[in-house]
Amino acid sequence: MEVQKTALYKIHKNLGAKFAPFAGYEMPIQYSDGIVKEHISTRTYAGFFDVSHMGQFYIEGGSSLDEALEKIIPADLKNLNINQSKYSFLLNLEGGIIDDLIITRRKNGFYIVLNAACKDNDIKHISKNLSEDHKFYLCSKTSLIAVQGPKSSEILEKKIRRISNLKFMYGNFFEFEGEKLYATRSGYTGEDGFEISVPNNKVENFIKYLIENKVKPVGLGARDTLRLEAGLCLYGHDLNEKINPIEANLKWAIAKTRRETGGFNGWEKIKENLEEGTSRIRVGILPEGKIIAREGTKIFSTNDEEIGTITSGTFGPSVNAPVAMGYIDPKFSEIGANIKLEVRGKKHNAQVSKLPFYKKSYVK
Amino acid sequence: MSEKKFSKKHEWVELNGDIATVGITKHATEMLGDIVFVEIPESGKSVDKDSQAAVVESTKAASDVYSPISGDITEGNKSIVDDPSSVNSDPEKGGWFFKIKIKDKSEFDSLMNKSDYEKFAKENQN
Repeated sequence: MEVQKTALYKIHKNLGAKFAPFAGYEMPIQYSDGIVKEHISTRTYAGFFDVSHMGQFYIEGGSSLDEALEKIIPADLKNLNINQSKYSFLLNLEGGIIDDLIITRRKNGFYIVLNAACKDNDIKHISKNLSEDHKFYLCSKTSLIAVQGPKSSEILEKKIRRISNLKFMYGNFFEFEGEKLYATRSGYTGEDGFEISVPNNKVENFIKYLIENKVKPVGLGARDTLRLEAGLCLYGHDLNEKINPIEANLKWAIAKTRRETGGFNGWEKIKENLEEGTSRIRVGILPEGKIIAREGTKIFSTNDEEIGTITSGTFGPSVNAPVAMGYIDPKFSEIGANIKLEVRGKKHNAQVSKLPFYKKSYVK
Repeated sequence: MSEKKFSKKHEWVELNGDIATVGITKHATEMLGDIVFVEIPESGKSVDKDSQAAVVESTKAASDVYSPISGDITEGNKSIVDDPSSVNSDPEKGGWFFKIKIKDKSEFDSLMNKSDYEKFAKENQN
C-alpha cells in the first residue's frame, strides 16, 4: 500500500518536520523545536496539530439512524443535541472496543472522528448496521487541524468570529476567509482547544495565520506526551478489541441510561463487569525516580507476584517525571498502592496514581 | 595528547593514555531527540567491545549505548543521570557517558576518524 500524505505535507517539511509512517500516512513526529518544547508551548501558549489522517466520517439519515448507531455505540444518541459531541466507542459483540471516537450530532445525521489506523475497519463495521436509506462517506476535502492550549481561543477568535463562544464538547459552523468550516471545542491534550475541519483550499492560509500568531507546530511525539499526561487513552495501546470500557476505567463514557437499559453490543458482558467487577483495570502509574516504563513493561506486587502490564509510558515534560498507564489486577489498584515495574531485568518501585497526571483546563 | 575516534553506532571515544572516555555523537543526539533518562555502568564493570554498556532514553524510545572498546569501567558520568538534557546540549564534552581502562589499543585504532565518521553519518541519516 502506498504511503499517504496529508494536504500539509510540504508545509510540515518547510517547518523542519521529521516524518515517520503512522497508520499508512507519512506524519510529522516532531519539528525542529523537539518534543519537549512543543509539549510545553502547547501547555503555556498554543500549538497546532495536523490530524488529517484521522477519519472524518459523516452519516446521514432520519431518526432510524439513532437506533442503528446505538446498537454499536453506547452513547445516548437519542438525547444528543444538534452540535453536541460525546466521547464514545464502537463495540463488538463481546463489548470489546473496536475504536474510540468523538461523535457529534449534525443537522442531517452524525459526524464521527475515527482513529486513522482503524477507520477502514470501523466503516465496514458501521455500514453493516446501517440500512439503505442511510448515506455515509469519509471526507477527504477537509484537513483536520487541532489548535490546543490556553491561548488558542483568543488567537482563533481574531480570525474566526464567535468561535470562542463554543462550549466544551460542542461544535458549530464558522467562517474563515469567506469559507465555511466546522469546529468543535475538544482535543487530546488536556488543554482548552479546538478541532477544526478546514477546507483543503484554505488550510495553508489557516496555518499561515497560526504561525504568524506564534502558534507552534506540534508533532505526534508531543501529542503522545500531552495525551498521556492528561490520562487519555491511545487506541492500539491502552485500548483494543479485547478490552471493554469497564476494564478501561471508562464507565463514565457509557451513558447512564444505556448502562441500565442496554440494547448495544456487549451489554451483557459490560453489565456483568459493572455488577461483579473486572479481572483487570486501567490505572495511572507513577514510577519512582527517573525510570521510564514503556509499553509492555511487566507490573509486580510488592510480593513479586505478576499483576499486570504497562500499555503507555514516557517522560511527562509538564509533570517533569515519568508517567505511565497500564492494566493491573483490581486488588492492587487503590490510588497510592505500591507496585513494582520490571525494566531491563530490574524491579523499580512505583505507585498507582490518580488520573490525569496533569490538571486539565477545559472551558465549560 | 588525546585522540578522538568514532564508531558506526554513533559513539565517540577519546583516548588519554590507557583511559578512554565514551559518549554519543551530536548526530546521535539529533536522531534521538530530547533525552530524558540515562543509565550509566558501575565502576569496575568489565565490558567487551560492541557490548551494551549504558542506556539512553528520549521521549520517544529507549536505546542502548555500546562500548566501542573492551576494558574495565573506571567511572560513569553521574551529572548526565541528574540532568539527562545535558547530553543534548553538550554531547561531545560534558555529556560523556563513561570512562574505561582499555585492554587493546588496536580496537581504538580500528575506529573511524572524524571525517570518515561525518561521511558515514551523512550517508546513514535514518
